[in-house]
This record gives sequence, C-alpha cells and structure tokens, in this order.
Amino acid sequence: MSATVNVSGSIRRRLLLQLMGSAALLAALLFLAVLGFVRNVAEESHDRILLASATSILESVSVQSGEITADIPYAALSMLGNVSDDRVFYQIATPAGVLTGYADLPVAGPPVQPGQPLFQTARYKAESIRSVTLFRRLSVEGAPVAVQVSVAQTRSGQAALLAQLSWSALYLGVGFFVLASGLAFWSTQSSITPLRSLTEAISRRGPKDLRPVSRPVPSEMSPLVSSLNSFISRLQTSLARSEDFIAEAAHRVRTPLATVRAQAEVTLMRIENENKRTSLREMIRAIDESSRAAGQLLDHAMVSFRTDSLELEDVNLTELARDLAERLQPVAELKDMSLHFEGQETIRLPGDGILLQNAVRNILDNAIKYSGRDSEVWIRAVCRGGCACIEIEDQAGGFKCEDTEALTRRFVRGANARNTTGSGLGLTIAREVAEAHGGKLIIENSQTGTGACVTLCFPLH
Amino acid sequence: MRNALLSLALTFLTLATLAAAGFEVEERHWIGPQDGTPLRIISTTDTAILAPLIESFLQKHPGTAVDYTVANSSEVMKAVLKGEEQFDVALSSAMDLQTKLANDGFTRPHQSAFTALIPDWGKWRDHVFAFSLEPASVVVSAAGFRGRDIPRTRQDLIALMRAEPERFLGKVGTYDVALSGLGYLFATQDARTSETYWRLMEVTGSLEPVLYCCSASMIEDIAVGEILIAYNVLGSYARARQDLKDKIIVIDPEDYTHLMMRSAVLLSGGGQPDLAQRFVDHLAYAAWSQPPGAEYPFHPPSAEFIGAANSKRLIQLGPGLLVYQDAEKRRRFMAEWFNAIRKQ
Repeated sequence: MSATVNVSGSIRRRLLLQLMGSAALLAALLFLAVLGFVRNVAEESHDRILLASATSILESVSVQSGEITADIPYAALSMLGNVSDDRVFYQIATPAGVLTGYADLPVAGPPVQPGQPLFQTARYKAESIRSVTLFRRLSVEGAPVAVQVSVAQTRSGQAALLAQLSWSALYLGVGFFVLASGLAFWSTQSSITPLRSLTEAISRRGPKDLRPVSRPVPSEMSPLVSSLNSFISRLQTSLARSEDFIAEAAHRVRTPLATVRAQAEVTLMRIENENKRTSLREMIRAIDESSRAAGQLLDHAMVSFRTDSLELEDVNLTELARDLAERLQPVAELKDMSLHFEGQETIRLPGDGILLQNAVRNILDNAIKYSGRDSEVWIRAVCRGGCACIEIEDQAGGFKCEDTEALTRRFVRGANARNTTGSGLGLTIAREVAEAHGGKLIIENSQTGTGACVTLCFPLH
Repeated sequence: MRNALLSLALTFLTLATLAAAGFEVEERHWIGPQDGTPLRIISTTDTAILAPLIESFLQKHPGTAVDYTVANSSEVMKAVLKGEEQFDVALSSAMDLQTKLANDGFTRPHQSAFTALIPDWGKWRDHVFAFSLEPASVVVSAAGFRGRDIPRTRQDLIALMRAEPERFLGKVGTYDVALSGLGYLFATQDARTSETYWRLMEVTGSLEPVLYCCSASMIEDIAVGEILIAYNVLGSYARARQDLKDKIIVIDPEDYTHLMMRSAVLLSGGGQPDLAQRFVDHLAYAAWSQPPGAEYPFHPPSAEFIGAANSKRLIQLGPGLLVYQDAEKRRRFMAEWFNAIRKQ
C-alpha cells in the first residue's frame, strides 16, 4: 500500500538556500565594509605621510637677512619614496609668488588657519594627485608674511595597494561565504535529523505494530507526533473493529444457516410428497449457496485485511498442500473422486500461511465442485523456473474460450457454473493472495484437454 | 676589425647642426647604416665606451642606426626640457636629473623580462633603469706619492693637505658642481652623508683648487702630474685607463664611498618608442645578466655591490634626489660650496 505522496519543496533545501542567501549577503557586506575600511586606512596613512613631509618642509622655511628662504630636508621627499614609487611634487609660495618648486601645482583653495592642513585630490601632469597644503606666518622686517607649503604625490602606488587589498577583502568575503555555507549545510543536515530518525523508526515497524510513538522528539515535532499517535490509535480501533466484525459475522451467519440446513434435512426425511421434497431440496441448495457465499465473502474480507498488512513467516508449501489434500479427501470421496497429491521436495517460502492455505483451498474446492463423479484431481507442489508452484489439475472439462483473466474478477463465474453453488470469489481470493506474495495466478486448460489447470506461482528469491 | 667597422660607421656631424640644438654638444655620431631608422640617444657617456654595446644592439636589429649625442649631464637635462630636438633615450650618470625627468613626466614607463633582471634598488617606477654601478673615488698621482703613505680616508686627505699646504697648492682638483651634474650629485650626497666633507672642502678651498667639468680630464691631469689629488672622480673611468695604470692610484675612501648608478630613461617625446624599449632591454640584459655580456664596458654592477665593504654607500634612486634639484636648495648649496672652495 504505497500511495504517491504529494511532495512540494524540501525543508532542508529551503533552509539551506535561506542560510546560504544570508551568508552571501553577509559576505558581500563584509567585503564592502573591509574595502571601505582599508580604503580609509590607506588614504589616511597617505595623508599623514604627506602632512609629515609638508610639515618638515614648512619647518625649513626661514627668514635670512630679510629674505624668505627654504632648505628642504632630504627626508621630506625621500620619506614619500619609502611609501611608494610615486611622483612627488611640492611648492613653497608666499603672497608675493612661488618661492620654489612646481609653480603650476594646483594648490588647495581658500587659506585656512595656520597649522591646519588642507587636503585635496586633483589632477596634475595627467595624473591624479593627493596634496596637502600648510600655512605658517613668518615675520619679515616686522611685517607678517604667510608662507604656504604644498606637497603632492601621485596615487598609483595607493591604487595598486588598494587593488591588492581589495583582492584580500574579496578572498575574505568568499572564504566567509564558503565557511558559512559549509556550516549551513551541516546545520540543515542536523536540524532534519530528528525528522529522519522518526521516519526510520516508523517505517521499520512491522505491519501489526500500531503502538503510539513514544521516542523523544523536538518540541516543533510534537504536534505532528501527537496527531500521528491519535491517527494510529484510531486506525488500531478501526482495524480491531473490522476484525471483530468479520469474526462475529462469520459466527452469526454460519451458525444459523447450519441450523436451518439441519432442520431442512430432517424435514426432508420426514416428508414424502415429491413436490414438497423438491422444494425442500431447492431450499437446502439455496442455503448451501448462501452459506458458501457468506463464507467466501468473509474469506475475501479476511484475505483483503491480511494482505494489507502482510506478515511473512516461513511456510512449508509442500506440507500445506499435502495437509489440504488430506483434509479434502473425504469430500472428494463423497463424490467418488480421487484426489492425488504429488510433491517430493520441501518447498519453503516466506508468506502468510493462513492466506496461502485459503488460496489453495479455494482452488481445490472449485476443482472438486466442478468435477464429475469418478474423475480425478491432482494437486502438485513443484519448483519450476525459480518459482514455487502449486498446480491443481482437474478433469472438469476446462475453460471454453473464455477470458481466463475475467474469471479472477469478483463475482464472475465460468460458463459451467450454473448448476453449482458458488459466489465467484474463489479465484479472486487466490489471485489476490498470489499477488500479495509477489506471485501470480495462472489459469489454463490442462495438457490432456480434459480439464483445467490452475497454478499458483511464487517467485523464490 | 671592430675598430675598422666602427670608424667606417662613425660620421661626425658639422658643428653648425650642433649649435642649432640649443644645448652644448660634446660629440655626435651616427652609428650604423646611413639609411637606417635612427634611434636617437642623448648621453653623458663617451661614445667609445658604449660603442661595443651599441654595435651589438645594431647587429640584433638590422636596418636601424643609432644617432648618439654626447653632452654633460646638465646639458642633457636642458636638451630634454627644451624639447627642441626629440630623443628616444637619455643615458646619464646624474641620477638626480634622471629622477627629475621621470618625476616631472618626461619619460615613458617600460616593463619587460629584461628590466625584471634589474634589482629593485636599480630602478624607479619602471621609468629609470640603472645599468652600471660606479664608485666616486679619489685618484692620486703615483709619482707624487712615491715613497709616501697613500691617503685612505677623507681624514687622511685633510691631514695631508693641512700638513703640507705649499706642496698641494693648485694641485688639488675636483668637479665644478656648477658645470657637472654628476659633480653636483656627488657633492650633495657627500654633504648629506658627513660633516667631514665640508671640512675637506674648506681645506681644499684654501689650496686654490682646480675645478673640472669631467672625470676624464681630471684623470689626464693626474697622469701628467698637473695635479696630485683628484677628489670624487669616477673610479670606473680611472680603472678603465689601463694605459695610465702606473701613473695613477685609484682609492675608494674607506670612511665611505658613494656608488653612483648610470641610468637610462625612455623619453616620452621620442619617435621610436619600440626601438627605445629594445635598447633599454639590451642595456639591462648586458648589465644585469649573469655573467654580463662581453661587450659590457663597466665593472659588473652586481659583483661590485656584492663585493662591497661596509664603506660602500649606494645612492638611492627616489624622490629624495629631487631635494637637491630644488632651485632654492641648489642656490643655497652652490653658494655654500663656492664659499668654501673659493676661500682665498
């Protein structure tokens, strides 16, 4: 009983995708944050060294015999060379004009407070430069003169450093993402573990095991498990009820019928009027038919019930067939028929003994029922082509061009069944049992052509 | 055989064209086929010294010629700044001027497998490429110092000149820092390195020193006994003069000896940028491959540096060199220097 489950999505996949999406978002944010941070640090450190250079140049500006003069320290420019191989420009200017350096260097805008550096980014000689400008007031012959020093450096070294740091930041981001994804995979895996172990525990159960689930489960799963438990308990009640009903029904139907039949037999012996006798015989025949039909219907209900939850045990098929042959021997003898059992080897297979017995008995019943007096019925237990087979062959004329498949449908009876009691359920039961065991029912005419041969085949694994 | 080839290939240009250049040219040669594509090089290095390197370059690149102009380093700078004549490559011993050219945007960058051979301290910004390492040495007359102690340090020189002023009067020579860019580089580096330099210049100044434009003439004058001591001479030139081996003594001062790097830059105004790059590659390979090419005229730079004692001080390429190119700084330094050297 494996109905297809309507599957829509996967908790694990959804969880994994959500976690990985968050990880990707965080990794991107991390990358941008680190990038912004290193850009700041790189710019700040560049600004600082420019400022140091400008400060030391400004310190070297002095007034000598009424003239402003500058003696740029070697370190002022060489320190810029230690940072990167970038081009260096500078300018020392007074309100009167440029004292020395690069006269056309773009200098930061409005004057600021003395000692306050003014940073700017500009273009000079076809390159982007970062510059700092500092002011200082000197006294020349009693008059204050503002001296302005600018130091600039191209930024290709900084750009190269930033590019390198960007790669590091990118690796950091990617590394974070990979690690987080790994952890996400692990955590989704572990979060569905209770679900998986519950599933395993339930599928491992035998068909009759209808105990409620008692293993500890996470709180999120407790509504599901309690629903499942209540479902199981309802199922158990329902099953028990059906089982009781079948047993009860069998008892309640068969017993009164048997009583009525016995009464009819007794009455038949007492009555001499031929017309009445005929009516009574008809009545007995009807009772037989009802009794048999009721029996088969209950058998069928039982078979359906058992095949739904098939419990396999080791069954000795040969023994089972021989038993049945012995048990039905008296019935056969009543009709002056001979019932032969053939079976040498012991054939064992996993199966439900009661069901198998029921199936074989139904076929055998049919064979005996439709056979005439003095005919013979064979029951054989054989192994053939990897299958365990029970063959029942009779001399009742066989099936005449009928759809043998149709005979196994419920309540369908053969052409020769008009004068015989029966419900048309015998072969249906046999087929359902065969199929529940993974086998099949084969209906054909016997090789001699005098009767039918019905075979139950079970594959041996 | 090679000399014959060279003399055939060399063609002196007329002085008329030299004057038109707007800067002072010492010599100018056309090397290679007359109709070859010219690579224009302006250099402070004498033609004869670099000729073998140029010839091997021309062999590798048939159909090209080299238009080789020699000028002193200040004139090289002037030629590039004025830009009246376009050159492809500038070779100079004045590291500060080469650095200034590269800093002020007159050069092109270049990177290749050959420039990768140059150690990091031998290049700046992939614009300046060193191809030699040469010491600033003291050269003294062998005859003048026969039987006497050879000065080993600047202190020795000072003591020597103080002890016998009359013997060295008018017999001491050094670069004229106003004329020679290399002389100015050596002087400024000396001044930066040690106070001893100024004492040495003071003493020298009291002896009516002779000021020179170039190392070659200082070496010649030592050899003929015109002067006894020449300070800050290119040791590489002096040692290369095998013919004067017995007449001059080359000393690398033990207190410190500056190592100068002769360097090449690719000028952005040049008309043959590809050829210029290949020439720089050729120079770099000749100088820095192990061992250097047979046509390489200088002492192998890597060996020079590896074998250097602690007293050897490499002049670092970098923006620090721009400081002494500052007009104010230069004016002050010149004033101070001439004040020391012209003290009568």
